[in-house]
Amino acid sequence: MQIYLPIAEVSVNAFLLLGLGGLVGILSGMFGVGGGFLMTPLLFFIGIPPAVAVATEANQIVASSFSGVLAHFKRKTVDLRMGTVLLIGGLIGAALGVVVFNYLKALGQVDLLVKLCYVVFLGVIGGLMFMESLNAIRNTKKGKAPVRKKHNWIHGLPFKMRFRVSGLYISVIPPLVVGVAVGILAAIMGVGGGFIMVPAMIYLLGMPTKVVVGTSLFQIIFVTAFTTMLHATTNYTVDIVLAVLLLVGGVIGAQIGTRIGVKMKAEQLRILLAMMVLAVCGKLAFDLLVQPSELYSLGVAGGH
Amino acid sequence: MRALLLALSLLISSPAGAEEIVLGLSSDQVSINTNFDGSEILIFGAVKREEPAPDEPSMQVIVTVAGPSEPVTVRRKEKRFGIWVNVDSVEVDRAPSFYAISTSTLLGLSLSETEDQRHNVSIQRAIRSVGAPMNITNSETFTQALIRIKSASDQYQLNEGTVSVDEQTLFRTAIELPAALTEGEYETRIFLTRGGRVVSKYETSIYVRKVGLERWLFTLSRENAFLYGLMSLAIAIAAGWGASAVFSVFRR
Repeated sequence: MQIYLPIAEVSVNAFLLLGLGGLVGILSGMFGVGGGFLMTPLLFFIGIPPAVAVATEANQIVASSFSGVLAHFKRKTVDLRMGTVLLIGGLIGAALGVVVFNYLKALGQVDLLVKLCYVVFLGVIGGLMFMESLNAIRNTKKGKAPVRKKHNWIHGLPFKMRFRVSGLYISVIPPLVVGVAVGILAAIMGVGGGFIMVPAMIYLLGMPTKVVVGTSLFQIIFVTAFTTMLHATTNYTVDIVLAVLLLVGGVIGAQIGTRIGVKMKAEQLRILLAMMVLAVCGKLAFDLLVQPSELYSLGVAGGH
Repeated sequence: MRALLLALSLLISSPAGAEEIVLGLSSDQVSINTNFDGSEILIFGAVKREEPAPDEPSMQVIVTVAGPSEPVTVRRKEKRFGIWVNVDSVEVDRAPSFYAISTSTLLGLSLSETEDQRHNVSIQRAIRSVGAPMNITNSETFTQALIRIKSASDQYQLNEGTVSVDEQTLFRTAIELPAALTEGEYETRIFLTRGGRVVSKYETSIYVRKVGLERWLFTLSRENAFLYGLMSLAIAIAAGWGASAVFSVFRR
């Protein structure tokens, strides 16, 4: 069934969009990532104009994250206090990120920078997570208890705060810094930032994996809602028909994904996320290295 | 004022009613609704004459349909430091969002180069590219790339031999509009040519408009962007909450 999208001004198959939404929704629920880093390239691929894809994707992430976070609230796996600290950092970072983005746009080559950003971050994060999870799985097989919560310099910082749900008593500075850093990257790369946030929470803040997913989703809702409003009012690129089709599939997928996620071991969850991140990274790197079949591309004059 | 004078002078200088086009359209309005999946418009007509048609040279018909024009940036990639990056770009001042040419025989046979220049019929002529930046010497390849990319998605079409002409009087053709269609006024021109020269010309417009829900959403997103954004968020939150509620009912 073909459906015409009023803002994107293209006609696409409705079931294809429902399916894409569902698939990304499952991943979103399982790993606590918004799925933007997967969905946005997929939307480009089926012919949605990039500007519309990025803006609409933000709106869809709000829906799937909201659906996912409710499931996590029932399970009491959302650290609201940590989420709020990260969110404050995230909003500051996003504002800074927009400034950086506009500066780079003025210099040209912003597309390339975004892609390089993806390749580097996805590659490093995916690689580290993969190694770590593999070791963790080996250790549990050998019967060793996982070693966690080592005391390091992070615990020496001032302004300590108790995060009961995460079982942490640490300074608010590291989560704020993580929030700002992720906010900057999210604004530049045009995604929610879950795929950076989740590993940062696990490895830098030492939060338990089960709490990380819900807390990340909680934070993503606000960041993407902010982005949606920004795109809708300045660029007029949010396509509500496209968003509805994606989010119907997405919210259902997120519910299924959350249930799958609960049944799996933390290490397995991490290694799967790592593999997915590495796959996307590989695809992007491949596109940069291999000669494209069409060397020319069209763009709206004045934009990028 | 200048445009009006120009139009008047054109009217006077045109060959006074030797051969005149009488046109019919299957519809002069294309409505884009939610399940719009491309459309076909039928363009047909007849040639009105005072005296019998000359046998030689034979009459040919060219039909063009052009969508609203806009400036387009064409970028070129090159390998730098091992990766493919955009190295240079040319801004095409005006390129129609859609352009279709249907002819009764090969375009080169029905229209001479000078007449093409005068009336901007061929795809190359329909695109207007004035100044390429100084550092670009081969701006021609950029417009060629534009045509190649647009042709691949049926946005630009050259349909030679698709206009059927009967008895040197009646002609008809069908133009396929793709699903990805932009709103606006589609300028439609019909040329009668003999021996490569345009002997008569007719212009009309086909209006492509969004209707119903499509129209409403599009207008809202432009005129009331804040409300539209809030509505998008509300739908997103409601859908997320709804799915969660439905699933928790299932679990019990």
